[in-house]
Amino acid sequence: MGAPVSAAIAIDSLHVSYGNQRVLHGVDLTVAPGEFIAILGSSGCGKTTLLRTIAGFQKASQGAIRLFGRDVVNMPPEKRGMAMMFQSYALWPHMTVLGNVGYGLRLRGVAKDEIRTRVATILKMLNLSGLEDRKVTNLSGGQRQRVALGRALAIEPEILLLDEPLSNLDAKVRLQLRSEIKSLQNRLGFTAVHVTHDREEAMTMADRIVVMDAGKIAQIGSPKEVFDHPNSPFVASFMGAENTIGLDIRTSGAGVEVAVAHGNPTSWDGAVPLGPVTAYFRDDVASLDGPDARIDGSIILPGRITQRTYPGGHYRYVVAINDRHFTVTDDHYHELDDAVGLRLPLASLHLFPTDTIKGENHA
Amino acid sequence: MSIETQASTAIRQGSVPALRGVASSSRRGFSPFAVRGWGVLSTILKGLGLAVFAFALFGPLANLALWSVAERWYTPFKLPVTYGMRYWEVVFRPTGDAMSSLATSVSIACLTVVVALAVSVPAGYALARLKLPFRTVLMIVFLLPQAFPSVAIYINVARVFYSLGLTGTIPGVVLVHAAHGLVYSVWIAAAAFAAVDKDLELAARNIGASPLRTFFTITLPLAAPGIMASAIFVFLESLDEFTGTFFVGVPQVTTLPLLLYNASMGGNYQIASITALILLVPSVLFMIFIERFLKADVLSKVGQ
Repeated sequence: MGAPVSAAIAIDSLHVSYGNQRVLHGVDLTVAPGEFIAILGSSGCGKTTLLRTIAGFQKASQGAIRLFGRDVVNMPPEKRGMAMMFQSYALWPHMTVLGNVGYGLRLRGVAKDEIRTRVATILKMLNLSGLEDRKVTNLSGGQRQRVALGRALAIEPEILLLDEPLSNLDAKVRLQLRSEIKSLQNRLGFTAVHVTHDREEAMTMADRIVVMDAGKIAQIGSPKEVFDHPNSPFVASFMGAENTIGLDIRTSGAGVEVAVAHGNPTSWDGAVPLGPVTAYFRDDVASLDGPDARIDGSIILPGRITQRTYPGGHYRYVVAINDRHFTVTDDHYHELDDAVGLRLPLASLHLFPTDTIKGENHA
Repeated sequence: MSIETQASTAIRQGSVPALRGVASSSRRGFSPFAVRGWGVLSTILKGLGLAVFAFALFGPLANLALWSVAERWYTPFKLPVTYGMRYWEVVFRPTGDAMSSLATSVSIACLTVVVALAVSVPAGYALARLKLPFRTVLMIVFLLPQAFPSVAIYINVARVFYSLGLTGTIPGVVLVHAAHGLVYSVWIAAAAFAAVDKDLELAARNIGASPLRTFFTITLPLAAPGIMASAIFVFLESLDEFTGTFFVGVPQVTTLPLLLYNASMGGNYQIASITALILLVPSVLFMIFIERFLKADVLSKVGQ
């Protein structure tokens, strides 16, 4: 439709179903050349299906996929000219590292000697020098996924697809490979689409994040945009704002008055929806204050401390407010059962009208 | 954490000595002699079990071996009267029946393998990978030749082959053996292909390999051990096959089992024993191969 021809990937109202079960209902996405996109979502949201449909492993029932202006929706995967990294590595166990990385070059009729030199260059880039003749089954997980990356990069693809390639690795190797992939992408300039359910991984690697929910795109934006301004309760809680609290907002004078059950009302002049709203917030926006404090722009919820831990650097408290419990960190020591006020700055809360949340029928 | 709590309560209540008492008395329940006696008994039982198993396994083989070197052995004697390698010589004489029927058997078995693989590789791939309707029905169709009494089937096959001019010919016998071996080779091949991770194929397609190229460079090499096992299985089944060969091949085609049958019917136990021993060799080799090369993930998918 309106996608510019120069887009690396232009997806237009893509529908995919497995039999009678519809998995993707109308996905639109445009990826610029050289951009790193992370598709984020919980399991079963269709993110892997979307990636596999782009790769051509899964047939689209409706819609278009254009790569650099070329419609590929009915093309077999081998004609699409991209490369993919799999969660399972998908290395061929009957081949050596050289055989795996050089496979794509062999397909393209490159001479044997040249394959060897080119594979050596790639292995050097991935810190795997000298492992050419090693069986892939004799490598560690991190090395295997590096070989898989090498195999994908050997054909110099314009688009690299990453299907949760880091999720089977242990934490240290994962962080290392994360930055390696990112710096290789900066250096080689390929377009990357990375599917993950790891929020931090998506935030740190991607230029733009696509949050998916139930076969649709919930929000697209830069990591900061999606994190600070989620456009729906789903995105808010997916990005970590999992605490909720009901508020009532009425106009008063120039601004609004925000009332909360069992708490101290406050007035504010920020732009907010009116009526009953639900606020979503992360643990780290809350702070402790006096139970009777009144601060403009912040609501205070009086409660009692029920638990205290010291994870290092600061104290972590659990504050009971009626029958709800919230976690908050504070630099100062408080006794258990102390009366405190949980301070929530309105600017850091994500406010959504309560009736639309119910209307959306969210779990 | 709860264990910790219990332990600390125990310490506070001073009940640790009591605990220690319980532990040591339970250790005292079995005296060292009783333990040793039980150990000896269990060793004896294990040894007995092993002996029974070994006898069941090697007894018949020992009998065969004994018969094969017995030049004269008759009723009152528990062991052969005279020993010698005369019958081995008879069997391995280049002009002997045994060698020519061995050659017939092996060539029929090889041809059977070729025919069975020609069907089972494509059929196994299709059953493992394509979304076939009536997949279970298809799997069972290959089982059908085993489902009915074989004599009844082979009489009818012989009748049909006679009208086609296939009775008494090698191709006729090969077809019968192949029909018999297909159930194994198709089922095992399907399992071998199913055990190849689909992502491995997709990874090849993804970086530019055509479906055919993917099949020959990725799928087939990875399924090869399973397919090899099925080929050996078909080979052995063919080498062993008697009923079908009897109805379709006789009298022109004489395989080793037929020779064995004729020899033992004629009271020539020495020749029969030697033939049986020869037939045993490939089976043992096959077992070694299965044990070495066939992975559990392939075996677990047989018949699924």
